[in-house]
Amino acid sequence: MITTETKTKLNPNQPRRETVPYWEKFEQFEKIAKDPEWVRVARKAGISHFVELGFPTLKDEDWRFTNVAPIAKLPFKPVLEPTRDGVTAEALEHFMFAGLAGSKLVFVDGHFAPELSSTVNLPEGVKVKSLAEAIAKGPAQVEPHLFHHARSDASAFTALNTAFFKDGAFIYVPAGQIVPEPIQLLYVSTAKEDGTTAHLRNLIVAERDSQVTIVESYVSLSDAAYLTNSVTELVAGDNAVVEHLKLQDESQQAFHITTLAAHFGRASNVLTHSIALGAKLSRTNIHAHLAGEGLECILNGLYLTRGEQLADHYMVVDHAQAHCDSHEYFNGILADKSKSVFHGRILVRPDAQKTDAKQTNKNLLLSDNATANTKPQLEIYADDVKCTHGATVGQLNEEAIFYLRSRCIGLETARRMLIHSFAGEIIDRVRCQPVREELDKLVWDRLEQDEQKTTGNK
Amino acid sequence: MTQPILTIKNLSAGVEGREILKGINLTIRPGEVHAVMGPNGSGKSTLASILAGRDGYHITGGEVVYCGQDLLELEAEDRAREGVFLAFQYPVEIPGVNSTYFLKAAYNEIRKHRGQPEFDAVEFLKFVRERMKILEVPEDFLKRPVNHGFSGGEKKRNEIFQMAVLDPKLAILDETDSGLDIDALQIVATGVNRLKRPDNAQLVITHYQRLLNFIVPDYVHVLVDGRIVRTGGKELALELEENGYESIVHGGAVPA
Ligand SMILES: Nc1ncnc2c1ncn2[C@@H]1O[C@H](COP(=O)(O)OP(=O)(O)OP(=O)(O)O)[C@@H](O)[C@H]1O
Ligand SMILES: [Mg+2]
Repeated sequence: MITTETKTKLNPNQPRRETVPYWEKFEQFEKIAKDPEWVRVARKAGISHFVELGFPTLKDEDWRFTNVAPIAKLPFKPVLEPTRDGVTAEALEHFMFAGLAGSKLVFVDGHFAPELSSTVNLPEGVKVKSLAEAIAKGPAQVEPHLFHHARSDASAFTALNTAFFKDGAFIYVPAGQIVPEPIQLLYVSTAKEDGTTAHLRNLIVAERDSQVTIVESYVSLSDAAYLTNSVTELVAGDNAVVEHLKLQDESQQAFHITTLAAHFGRASNVLTHSIALGAKLSRTNIHAHLAGEGLECILNGLYLTRGEQLADHYMVVDHAQAHCDSHEYFNGILADKSKSVFHGRILVRPDAQKTDAKQTNKNLLLSDNATANTKPQLEIYADDVKCTHGATVGQLNEEAIFYLRSRCIGLETARRMLIHSFAGEIIDRVRCQPVREELDKLVWDRLEQDEQKTTGNK
Repeated sequence: MTQPILTIKNLSAGVEGREILKGINLTIRPGEVHAVMGPNGSGKSTLASILAGRDGYHITGGEVVYCGQDLLELEAEDRAREGVFLAFQYPVEIPGVNSTYFLKAAYNEIRKHRGQPEFDAVEFLKFVRERMKILEVPEDFLKRPVNHGFSGGEKKRNEIFQMAVLDPKLAILDETDSGLDIDALQIVATGVNRLKRPDNAQLVITHYQRLLNFIVPDYVHVLVDGRIVRTGGKELALELEENGYESIVHGGAVPA
C-alpha cells in the first residue's frame, strides 16, 4: 500500500508529451520547497507516477464517462506562492456555516491564511492547523499517516497532488478526546488565469475513542477555468466517531478533483457526505478501507447539476474485516444537458464474513437532455455476506404529482415538493444540526433557481 | 329543486385506442350518498380518476357539471380546491415529504382559495389534532412521510383522515373499505358519516355490501363495462351480494 518507499523508476527521457510541463514545473518547485527528506521522497515518487500514468482518458475503465481532456489542455499553473491580496473576512463570510462557532481554517488558492483563520475551545492535545506547519514542526503525528492512504501509483491526480501540494489542514484528535464544535475548513479560489491550480492536502487523524466533525467547503471568488485538486486522508481509530462533509460549490467554470482516502478502525462509526453543487466538471473519489471489525460507515452524497455540468462520484468500499456495515446513499438531480456518473465498487475480501454492504444511487432527471450514468461493481470473495445495490434513473413520479394535485397542491409546488424531498433524503442524514439546516437552505435555493429558470423558459 | 353537486351526462372516455366509459349518466344532489358497484375492470376507478382530473384520459363525449361549472375544464388542483376529493384505491407513498407539512400546504391552499388567511403551524396543529380524533388517527401519522411505509389499512384510514382535514363538498371514495380490518372499517365508516352534511355528497365505490351497512347509500348504481346498467336503492346492494353481477347483466335491466 505504501508507495513512497518504493522509488519507482523514472524515465524522464521519455515522459508522455503532455506531462513535460508538469515535470519542468516540478523541477523548479523542488528547488524552492524546503521539505524534510520523507516528504521530498514522496513528492518525487508523485511526479514520477504522474509522468508515468499521464492523465486518464475515456479508454480508462474508471474514467469512461468523464473526459478530463479539458483539464489536460489547460496551461499548468500551480500556485506556488500565497496570493491572497484583497481576500477579507467579510468577503468570505457568506461562505461560512454561520451556525458553527468552532475552529475555522481558511486556505486561499491552496495556501493557509492564518489571519482569516481561528481556533477556539480545543480540548487538550487536539490540533487544528496548517499541514505545512505540522510537517515542519511536529512530524511525529503526521509521518505515520500522510501518504499512507491516498495512493500516488494508482491515480494521476493524487500523484500530482502529492508532488505539488503546498498546504492543507492537519487535524489531530488524541485518543478519547471529543471536539465539541465542528471544525470548518474553507478553500477559496481567487484564480485570475485559466489553469491556476490549487493542490490541497489534508490529513485528519481521529485516534481511538475520539469524536470529531469536519466540514470542508470548496468555494470560489473567481471566473477563471481553474483546477482544485485536493486529497484528504482520514484515519478513524478504533471506536472513533467521525462525521466528514465536503461541500463542493466551485464556480461554473472550475474543475474540481478530490480524493478522500479513508481508513476505519475497529468499531468506528464514520459518516461522510459529499455535496456537489458547483464546477463545470467535478470528480469525487472516495476510497474507504474498512480495516477493523464491527465498524459502521455511511457514505452519503447529493449532486445537483445543470447547464453542461458533470458531477462524477467514484466510490470504493473495501471490506477487509468481518462484521462491518457500509451503506452508500447517493442521490442526483440533473437539469438541462448536465451529466452525472456514479461508480460504486464494493470489494468484500475473504476475511470479511458477515459483511452488510448496501448501495443505492437514485437519479432524478429534470430534463430529457440530462444523462445519469450509474455503475455498481461488486466483487465478493467471502461467502456469508449481504450485499445489495440498487440504482434508478427517472423523472418525477407522475402518480405522486397527481396525488399532491388532488390534494389542492398546484403543479409547480408539487414538483418542488418532490424534488426537495429527493434532496432531503440525503440532507436529513447530516447529523450536525446547524450544518444540516444551512445546507438544506442552500440546496433549496439552488433548486428554486433551477425551477425558475425552467418555468421561465417554458 | 336545489342545484345538483354533480351532473354527469353521457360521459364517454378512454385511453389511447380503448373506450372505457361508454355513456355514463349520474346526478348527485346535496346530502346524498351514492354507491357504485361493479365487476373488476368495469371502469369505476376510471370514472373516479376522470372526476378528480387525472391526466391521460381522452374524453370522447358528454359533459360533467360540478356545482354549476364545467368540471372537465379545471386542473386537478383547482377541482380539489373547489371541494372535490378522491380517496385513492391505491394511495401513493411519497417518501421525503412530511405528512404535517403536506397537509398544512394542502389545507392552506383551500383557505387561500376561499380568501381566508393561511393557518400558521400552531393554528394548523390545533385544527388537525381535532380532525385526528374523528378517525382515531395515531400521532405518528403526522410525523411520517406521506403514506410511507404505511400498511394497506393505514393508508386507507389516512385517506379519510385527509378528507376530514380538507372537508370536501364531493367525496369520492374508491374502495376505501378494501384492506381495512373490521374495527378499522367501523372507525372509517363512522368518520365518513360524521363528515356528512346536508350540503355535501359522497360517491362510494365498493365491492362489498358490508360497507353499505355502515355508510348507507341513497342510491346504488351498477357499472358494467363502462355503463351504468342498473340503479336502485340500498336493497340493490343486497341483491347483488346474493346473485352476483351475472343476473343483472343478463337480466336485461335498463338504467333508471
Ligand atoms: N391508463 C390506462 N391505460 C390502459 N388501460 C386502462 C387505463 N386505465 C384503466 N384502464 C383499463 O380500463 C379498465 C377499467 O379500469 P378501472 O381501473 O376503471 O376498473 P375498476 O372498475 O376500478 O376495477 P377494480 O374493481 O378492479 O378496481 C380496465 O380494463 C383497465 O385495465
Ligand atoms: Mg378500481
